[in-house]
Amino acid sequence: MTAPFSVAPLLAVSGIEVRIGGRVLVSNVALTVDRGEVVGLVGPNGAGKSTLLRAISGVQPADGSVVIEGRPAADFDRREFARTVAVVQQIPEAPPTMRVGDLVLLGRHPHLGWFEHESVRDHQIARLAMTCAGCLEFSDREFGTLSGGERRRVFIARGLAQEPVLMLLDEPTANLDAGAQTEVCELLRELATDGVGVLVVLHDLSLAAAYCDRVVLLADGQVLDSGPPSEVITAEQVARMYGSGVAVIHHPDHGRPIIVPATRD
Amino acid sequence: MHVECTATPLEVPHEMMEVRAAFVPRLLAMNGPVLAAAMLLLAVALIALTQGAADIPIQTTVLLLLDRLPFVTIEQDVPAIWESIVFDIRLPRIIAAALVGSALSYSGTAYQGIFRNPLADPFLLGVASGAGFGATIAIVSPLPNAAYGFGWVPVFAFIGATVTVTLVYLVSRSAPGSQGATLILAGVALSAVLSAGISFMLLTGGDSSQPILSFIFGGFNTASWARLAAALPYIAVGGLVISLHARILNVFQLDREQAAQLGVDVTKSTLVVLAAASLMAAAAVAVAGIIGFVGLIVPHAARMLVGSDHRRLLPVAAFGGAAFLIVADLASRTLLAPQEIPVGVLTAMLGGPFFLYLLRTRRVDGGR
Repeated sequence: MTAPFSVAPLLAVSGIEVRIGGRVLVSNVALTVDRGEVVGLVGPNGAGKSTLLRAISGVQPADGSVVIEGRPAADFDRREFARTVAVVQQIPEAPPTMRVGDLVLLGRHPHLGWFEHESVRDHQIARLAMTCAGCLEFSDREFGTLSGGERRRVFIARGLAQEPVLMLLDEPTANLDAGAQTEVCELLRELATDGVGVLVVLHDLSLAAAYCDRVVLLADGQVLDSGPPSEVITAEQVARMYGSGVAVIHHPDHGRPIIVPATRD
Repeated sequence: MHVECTATPLEVPHEMMEVRAAFVPRLLAMNGPVLAAAMLLLAVALIALTQGAADIPIQTTVLLLLDRLPFVTIEQDVPAIWESIVFDIRLPRIIAAALVGSALSYSGTAYQGIFRNPLADPFLLGVASGAGFGATIAIVSPLPNAAYGFGWVPVFAFIGATVTVTLVYLVSRSAPGSQGATLILAGVALSAVLSAGISFMLLTGGDSSQPILSFIFGGFNTASWARLAAALPYIAVGGLVISLHARILNVFQLDREQAAQLGVDVTKSTLVVLAAASLMAAAAVAVAGIIGFVGLIVPHAARMLVGSDHRRLLPVAAFGGAAFLIVADLASRTLLAPQEIPVGVLTAMLGGPFFLYLLRTRRVDGGR
């Protein structure tokens, strides 16, 4: 007898291959994300991290299988998929005059039928999403007046309003100052605590090491290694990926790896 | 940062009360501007109904109108010709202006939403010229127009409009650089070619040159109940389809990839809304010829008044567009009376400078 709560991972992808104009950008990638887990997608520039994320979210045509909660993603209809998986792009666009609250409310779109209007409950979910993402206090401001970090939170809130079980985020910490970076990462951890699975592309290996349960190391479109950060982000691996200019040290408190410039003096 | 994540709605009754309390005013705020725009339209229509060469008092006009309602009979001692002036001359003309104004504003709002470009108007996209070109072909062709009223004219206008918007869209997509600017440039270029084609047919058209001329200038002096009845189904179907897509147009304010990730079938919605918008624009051109800039001015003003939620924006633009064109038509027949100024000339005089103002103040390249 199979266990009732079994057991298929939240997200299981395998054999993903993306070819654009004859070039292979992602090849034979397999990975899994479980509920309550933050998985970091790391690797050098051009490794295919964003392409892989777009392939999983379905906007980039790809070969291979994407299975969500045991069901092939191809079996979902668009709206059902949007109720299950939320995506936060790297640089999403929105009209500068749009009110933050209205933008977040758009996350309810996949839950509403042709003739439905947002109900009290939809407004309430949008407010909760903004509370979670820490953007409720500027819900009445116009999008164009927000800073980079504030915008990132608004889009995370919009993703949360979709009530997803899986969130895919493409470099949510890019162009943020150090404080805002850790705030976003703390937020991802909070989401995982609530049972959401998080797959996040991170450029910063130290952040990935500090906040992810597991990391998947991608290079030239292929998975080089995956596992707990301390096993994947090693001195040898980092030297292979990024050359001899960087070094790995360990955090004095928790021992997770940190990437620093290899000084010459 | 301390994130206070409340996982279930039940844990926050206070919050819930707050949202519920804000919900009713929100509904009023949604519908208030729509009602106000409808009232404005009614007032403008009533005023326009009393203006003209014959001096018919407003209360007489109102009573004549009420008399036509079912189960209402009001005897008035007025000249028989007054009734004919109100119902056969003024009323069809006013309703034609209202229908065309709302169709142009609706399709302009839809084009702007789909193309994410505040300058996308049926005229600037070349759709109006495409419809005019198609309509002109129908007029000069040996098709039996007389037998069907103007039956073939809207069909050909729709084909012309659809082909034009498809061409403009494909050019803007394949062009390098700013899609938003290319879209409008392609529309204006194609519009010039099509206008030249219309002029050519005008010169070689012989007997048909008079109806072609009325297409080029645009106006309501040929309005009749038969013509309105022929165009109404096109406008109604197009309007219904666009209305059903109002929330999807809201999602389209984000980029296409986000729209897809929110569960919108981007390609299908784009095609359906473009077809519906072109249907409305084509019907408007079939009724009244090429009247430019209405679909630019009215949606812009409506957006400034009620924001960019299309469920409010579309009806406000429709009522506002109707009122706008009734006023423009009134001006066109009274400013230099008895000489009539083509209403398309008036809207171009207003719209051209407005377009330049938008160019100076707004980003054209795809965003707002």
